[in-house]
Amino acid sequence: MVLLTMPPLGVFSSETEASLGEAETALNETEDAFNEAEAEAEEGLDMNEYLFGHIGDAYEWHITTVNGKPISIPLPVIVRSKTSGWHVFSSHHLEEGEEHEGFFISQEEKYNGKVVERADDGSLVRPFDISITKNVLSLIINSALILLLVLTTARWYRRHDVLKETPKGLVGIMEMIIVMVEDDVIKEGVGKDYKRYSPYLLTAFFFIFINNLMGIVPFFPGGANLTGNIAITLVLAVCTFLAVNLFGNKQYWKDILWPDVPLFLKAPLPLMPLIEIIGIFTKPFSLMIRLFANIMAGHCMLLGVVAVIFITAKMGPAINGSLSVIAVLFGVFMDILECLVAFLQAYVFTMLSAVFIGMSRQEAEPEHK
Amino acid sequence: MSLVTPDFGLLVWMTVIFAILFFILARFGFPIITGMVNKRSEYIGKSLESAREAQQQLAHLSDEQQRLIEETKREQSRILNEAAQTRDDILAEARQQARSEAQAILSQAKQDIEAERESALRDVRRQVAELSVDVAEKLLRGSLSDAEKSDVLIGKLIDEARR
Repeated sequence: MVLLTMPPLGVFSSETEASLGEAETALNETEDAFNEAEAEAEEGLDMNEYLFGHIGDAYEWHITTVNGKPISIPLPVIVRSKTSGWHVFSSHHLEEGEEHEGFFISQEEKYNGKVVERADDGSLVRPFDISITKNVLSLIINSALILLLVLTTARWYRRHDVLKETPKGLVGIMEMIIVMVEDDVIKEGVGKDYKRYSPYLLTAFFFIFINNLMGIVPFFPGGANLTGNIAITLVLAVCTFLAVNLFGNKQYWKDILWPDVPLFLKAPLPLMPLIEIIGIFTKPFSLMIRLFANIMAGHCMLLGVVAVIFITAKMGPAINGSLSVIAVLFGVFMDILECLVAFLQAYVFTMLSAVFIGMSRQEAEPEHK
Repeated sequence: MSLVTPDFGLLVWMTVIFAILFFILARFGFPIITGMVNKRSEYIGKSLESAREAQQQLAHLSDEQQRLIEETKREQSRILNEAAQTRDDILAEARQQARSEAQAILSQAKQDIEAERESALRDVRRQVAELSVDVAEKLLRGSLSDAEKSDVLIGKLIDEARR
C-alpha cells in the first residue's frame, strides 16, 4: 500500500516543494518590498501585499478601502506575555504600526505581521498569542453555519415522521449530500463498522466543504482562506491520523511491523516495517498538503486573475479594458472551477480518510498459496 | 509569517472549535439524520418487498381464478354432457316403450283381427253351411219326389255319415 501511495505522494510533495519554494521567494520579496510598499502604495498595486493580505491571516478583518481609508472590523487580540501576563484589547489599537500595552505588529523580517513585544535586550519576542484573528472569526462563523445547517436538518427529522414525509428544500439537499457521502464514500471506504466513523467523516466533509465554499465568497462572512491554511488542514489530518491509528486492529499493526513479504526484507534490517511506519505519517501528511495546496493555489489563481485588472490600469484604457474583459471572463471560469474544487477536495479528503480507516480495520486475508 | 508554518493561535482555536463542532454534530446531528434516513430506506425496502409479495399473491390469485374458471367450464360441460346423456337415455327408453307399446297394440290388433276373421269365417261357413243345407234341402225335396232314387240317396247318405 505504501508503494501505491508513494507516487501520488511524490507528485504532491514535489508540487508542494515547488509551491513552498515559490512561497518562500515570494515571501522574501514581500519582506524586501514591504518598506517600499508604503511609499509605492499610492502609485500602484503591490502584488505581494495584495496576495498575502488576501490568503493570509490578519488581526483585523479588512473589508474594503474607501477613499484611501481602510474599513475593517477590529477583532480582539488575546496575548499572554511571559513578563506581564494576559492582555486582551481590540486590534484597532495596533493599526498602522501603533503600539499598545507594549505590543505591536512586527514589520521586520522576524515575525512579520504578528503581534510581538520588545524584550529588555531590544529583540522581538513573540507572546503566547491566541487572538481571535480573521481566520479564527471566520472559523467560528463557518462552524456556526455548519451547526445551523446540520442541526436544522436533524431537527426536521426529530419533528417529522420520516415514514410519512420526505424533506424538501434545504433539508432535502442536506439529506442528499449526507446520504451520498455516507453511502458512496464512508460505507465503501470503511467497510462493515462504518457507523462508528461516519460522524467524524461527515463532520470533516461538511467542515471542509462549507469552509471551501465560504472561502470563495468574496465579501464579509466569507473570503477567509481557511482550508488553504496549513494550521486548519494540520488539525484535520491529525484527526484522521488518530482515527486511523487509535482504533487500528491487530491485523493492521501486524501488517506494519511484520508485513507479509520475503524474510530478507524484514529480518536483519527492518526495511519494510520502516517504510510502513513512515507510511503511517505520510498518509495524513499528504491529506494535509493536498487540501492546503489545492485551496491556496485556487485562491492565488483567482486573486491573480483579478489583479490583472489593477496591474494594467496604468497601461491605458485599451489594454486595460480588453484585459479586464478577459480577466472577468476568466475569473468567472475560475470561480466555477473553484466551486467544483471545493466539493472535490472535501470529497477526496473524506474518501481517503475513509479508505485509511478501512485499511486499519481490515480482517486478516485468508491464506493463499 | 510563512504560509507553511502553522500559526499557533489558529491551531489552538481550530482544535477547540473542531472538537466542539465534532462533539455536537456527532451527538445531536449526524446520527439522528443517518438513523432516520436508514429507517426510511429500510421502510422503503420493506414496502417494496411487501408490494412484491402482494403482486405475487395477486398473480397467484389470478392463477387460482383461471383454475376456477377452467374447473367450472369442465363442470359445465360435464353437466351438459350428462344432461344430453340423460335426455338420450330418456328418449331411447321412451322410444323403446313406445315401440313395445306399439308392438303390444299391434299384436292385440292382430289378435283382434284374427278373432274377427275367425268369427267372420265362422259366419261365412255357417252361412255357407246354411246355404248348402238350404240348397241340399231344396235338392232333396226335388229328389225325394222320386222314391227310388231317394232310397238310394238315403242309403248313400247314411253310408257317408257312417264313415
